[in-house]
Amino acid sequence: MPAPATVACRGCDLVQRLPVIAPGGKARCVRCNDLLAARPRYAGEHSLALACACAVVIGLANALPLMSLSAAGRNASTTLAGGVLQMWAEGSEITAVVVAVCAIMAPATYVLTMLAVLLAARRDPVPRWAGNLLEWTDRVRPWSMVEVLLLGILVALVKIAQLATVTPGGGMYALGTLVFLLPWFVSTLDTEGLWARVRWVAVPDSGVPREAGP
Amino acid sequence: MSLTLQGAAAAGIVTCDECGLTSRAATATAPGHCPRCGEALEWRRERALQRTAALLLAAAILYVPANLLPVLDTTALGSQQDDTILSGVVFLYQSGSWPLAIIVFIASIVIPIGKIVALAVVLVAVQRRSTRDPRRHTRLYRLVEIIGRWSMLDVFVDTFVVALVQLSPLMSVRPGPGVVYFMAVVVLTMLAARSFDSRLIWDAAAMGKPHDK
Ligand SMILES: [Zn+2]
Ligand SMILES: [Zn+2]
Repeated sequence: MPAPATVACRGCDLVQRLPVIAPGGKARCVRCNDLLAARPRYAGEHSLALACACAVVIGLANALPLMSLSAAGRNASTTLAGGVLQMWAEGSEITAVVVAVCAIMAPATYVLTMLAVLLAARRDPVPRWAGNLLEWTDRVRPWSMVEVLLLGILVALVKIAQLATVTPGGGMYALGTLVFLLPWFVSTLDTEGLWARVRWVAVPDSGVPREAGP
Repeated sequence: MSLTLQGAAAAGIVTCDECGLTSRAATATAPGHCPRCGEALEWRRERALQRTAALLLAAAILYVPANLLPVLDTTALGSQQDDTILSGVVFLYQSGSWPLAIIVFIASIVIPIGKIVALAVVLVAVQRRSTRDPRRHTRLYRLVEIIGRWSMLDVFVDTFVVALVQLSPLMSVRPGPGVVYFMAVVVLTMLAARSFDSRLIWDAAAMGKPHDK
């Protein structure tokens, strides 16, 4: 698939010629240093395997207890959803919803959507909805805050440690794995390669894309 | 306000905000739709300056109650204590975990203030066409986009302190009203950064310095 020779930088709108990018390489804007294009070293089956791994680890992070606490002879544990539900029960419903989105829904939605995109990308030509879905995930990803969440739970553990004995659980290790697995998965995605195999809405070289609405 | 668009836009070339395809615009006034993904094309993100300014102003206003109101409300053995974001940091510092205190201080105090100030600086520079160093302003904006999410840290800390302490029979911790305001600041600044368009920095810079390359 021939890469487009000239592109406009999305950061500063400078038109420039795109160099040939080696696998694993990136092209940056000569003026503002914004990323112009990237070519992952591994793509395709590699991304699909990583997406499956991410989905499994997200499942574990949600199913297993994050930590257990023993104080005054009692033992108890909590999960991600447990924390959200407790926040809701304590009357902070808005906080509960935002934490649920950033900690549970956004990572899960991101990975499951990407799984669908990657499965659709095995067809030729790639269905256009796969491309649109791929761009939609760009809006979901900033809200998936696995690494911030992990640090937050660690700080909470330290705060509580003086009051009771706290033991990290399996959910915690799953989150720790996800912090490395998720960025690795994202780095294998070949967005431009996928778009290059999508059938276009209009004839590309007509020069005039479809007329704007009313 | 009206900026004269520079760069690709001046040559009638438009980049799709959705799929990133660079194509020739249909007409100068209405760029039409992306031939690849079908999305409506725009020269610059729609009303980017106004949207960013409005979201930023809302965030700056909510920042005041976010810091004055308690985020955690602890009851233990008959005594009751309210903690704000800052007193939570002080508590961490005094309890000996100063590395964590520094991390929480950066995430909850430095990053939110830094985001609001940095975006305001960029907005004012674009509005006044006084961007003398567009590269620095673009870098500042990218930094805000990348590290903005880390200020959600305190919300997660509060959530799991509440969830964990309920497991203990000796004390109870309830979320205070400050959490919602603080979270709103984080969400609003993230939305503000996303609605801005860094190409405006370069449009403004070219207008302020017409003899520049
Ligand atoms: Zn650029
Ligand atoms: Zn497009």
